[in-house]
Amino acid sequence: MTEVMIDTGNYIAAKAAVMCKPDVVAAYPITPQTTLVEGIAKYLATGEYKGEYICVESEHSAMAACIGASATGVRTFTGTSSHGLLLMHEMLHWAALARLPVIMCNINRVVGPGWNIWADENDSISQRDTGWIQFYCSSNQEIFDTIIQSFKLGEHEKISLPVMISYNAFILSHTSMPVFVPNQKDVDAFLPNRAPKWKLDPDNPITFGNIILPAEYEKVRLDMQKSHEYAKKLILEISKEWKQRFGRYHGDLLEFYKCDGADYILLSMGAIGAESKAAIDNLRKEGLKFGLARVRCFRPFPKEEILKLSKKADLIVIDRNISPGMEGALFTEVKASLYDNTDAKVCGFIAGLGGKDVPFGDIEKMCKKVINGKARHIEWFGLEGV
Amino acid sequence: MAIKDLPIEECYIPGSAACPGCPATMALRIVYKALGKNTVKIVPACCTAVIESLHPYTSFDIPTMNIAFEAAAAGASGVEAGFRMQGKTDITVVAWAGDGGTYDIGIQALSGALERNTNFIYICYNNEIYSNTGIQRSGATPYGAWTTTTVSGKTEFRKEMGEIIQAHHIPYAAQACIAYPEDLFKKLQKAKIIHGPRYIEIMAPCPPGWRFPMEKTVEMGTMAVETGAWALYEVENDKVTFNGRSKLIMEGKVERKPIEDWIKYQGRFRHLFKPKKDIKRIKAIEDHIDQMWERYRKCYL
Repeated sequence: MTEVMIDTGNYIAAKAAVMCKPDVVAAYPITPQTTLVEGIAKYLATGEYKGEYICVESEHSAMAACIGASATGVRTFTGTSSHGLLLMHEMLHWAALARLPVIMCNINRVVGPGWNIWADENDSISQRDTGWIQFYCSSNQEIFDTIIQSFKLGEHEKISLPVMISYNAFILSHTSMPVFVPNQKDVDAFLPNRAPKWKLDPDNPITFGNIILPAEYEKVRLDMQKSHEYAKKLILEISKEWKQRFGRYHGDLLEFYKCDGADYILLSMGAIGAESKAAIDNLRKEGLKFGLARVRCFRPFPKEEILKLSKKADLIVIDRNISPGMEGALFTEVKASLYDNTDAKVCGFIAGLGGKDVPFGDIEKMCKKVINGKARHIEWFGLEGV
Repeated sequence: MAIKDLPIEECYIPGSAACPGCPATMALRIVYKALGKNTVKIVPACCTAVIESLHPYTSFDIPTMNIAFEAAAAGASGVEAGFRMQGKTDITVVAWAGDGGTYDIGIQALSGALERNTNFIYICYNNEIYSNTGIQRSGATPYGAWTTTTVSGKTEFRKEMGEIIQAHHIPYAAQACIAYPEDLFKKLQKAKIIHGPRYIEIMAPCPPGWRFPMEKTVEMGTMAVETGAWALYEVENDKVTFNGRSKLIMEGKVERKPIEDWIKYQGRFRHLFKPKKDIKRIKAIEDHIDQMWERYRKCYL
């Protein structure tokens, strides 16, 4: 029996994680992730969570402990945010290169200084090259569904990679929404037990992670790349299976919204992705042919689909992050995907940094500026005369 | 117990990449003999990460997981929890780190794991330097010693890790030395059957790091204990017992030898003897060891 749970993104994430029955959770509190780990601690106290919860002394140790546990063959989960994610950076690479499917929520929060706890995606964007699969969610239901899907994805024998599920601070982490929660039996039927090919085992004494020469190391990197490529297919399959079993679908690598016959397609992520739908509705009411391709999966990046989109519409990208000295990271990735379409037109906006609200009205303004031909190649919304 | 009575089985496979005279490999052999094959080892960045050989080969006949420099104790916490959740509680989980990974970069994770009462053995093989990176000073480097980052000799005294560990009031902690393999073996055997966090530190004189001939490793270890620069002791539920030669020194039954007897054979202290004997700094080392033993007697006798 599916039940409806009305709760914040973090408590919904805790519920989803516990329903996946991780054997080990290791976490360190940081605003705005705290209620996620408190949620798991509460399930531990009530007995609904039967695994081990290691209250480590730092995020670096949280990821190290997840790596250690995962290496024994068990299922692991953690959550963090902003500075916590940055402190983990070394171990993010380690988990990915060790091919350990640690599943982690990251609540997108501004990086200091100055101290600021609101939404901004620079924390996870700056972990782009660690080898983690990266999802960005735009509703609490999507958080719930994506966590469970991520265990299946990351633990798949052809993937064996860690997965990061990111969602915006407060806008989702601390906002209550109704979420459909399937029963445990159905989740169990969807999610098989983890069965790794290799693990720490005294009956089969293997040394993991010792010195590797250049020629061998390059193969390790190639294999990781191949797994990311394969993940593109598997994400499609898993999203489809989820839809069949549970009747919900948030897209796969991308979520398309009113893209049919669109002259302009907006690309955005996370909470701005959700807000974009309202903007698209309003623009359509005015007869303006806009659609949305919400980027749900940032790594692997859906470059093939984006190239296809560019052949039927002009693209507009909104980034809630900035790579100083270049531009928004999504903007860069989108443009890199368009190499085979020399006629592609694309404009980029930086918006919502430091947690500044990006309501649908502002998104409409950005879109209209592009239609009017007044938008420059890249603009900071609200700061550069939009 | 004599050396001939130690188990014959070896989990340390010949053909490793260790330097000749390496104390870490001597210690590892004893560790494996004492803990047996049902052991899993977690190794951060340290000489052992080189000693273990190139992928896809290994020098160890027990499963070994490498982990980042500062993460040995945290990684071990995860390994221990992972095995426990599978009901594999008979596996001995060992973190095996150098003094850099213990005294300095790994101390936070170590303290955290001890405080959480993690059921594992943390072993620090202490060669008083960052040896794997090419002989830089660590928090365990003694006063006056040359390293590549203390070119005229270290100007600070080493930190007392044993006392830091004791402040965590764990069930078992011990200091040992590669020159006393029976003592080390007994301590490991004792640690193996205790539940909770256990810490063993092994004095490990390093030929290239300390600048002495490779055949003198054991002798350097013996002299570290006989001069009192290093003490053999164990702490069981806060009760401190000194062992062997260190017990005799503690009880005043033998005099500790002058520190000069130890340091004059080590090239890392050569600048204290040539071109002119640096009486002031040699005395500072001697006084520091006297103070250490005074403190030991006051607290533990």
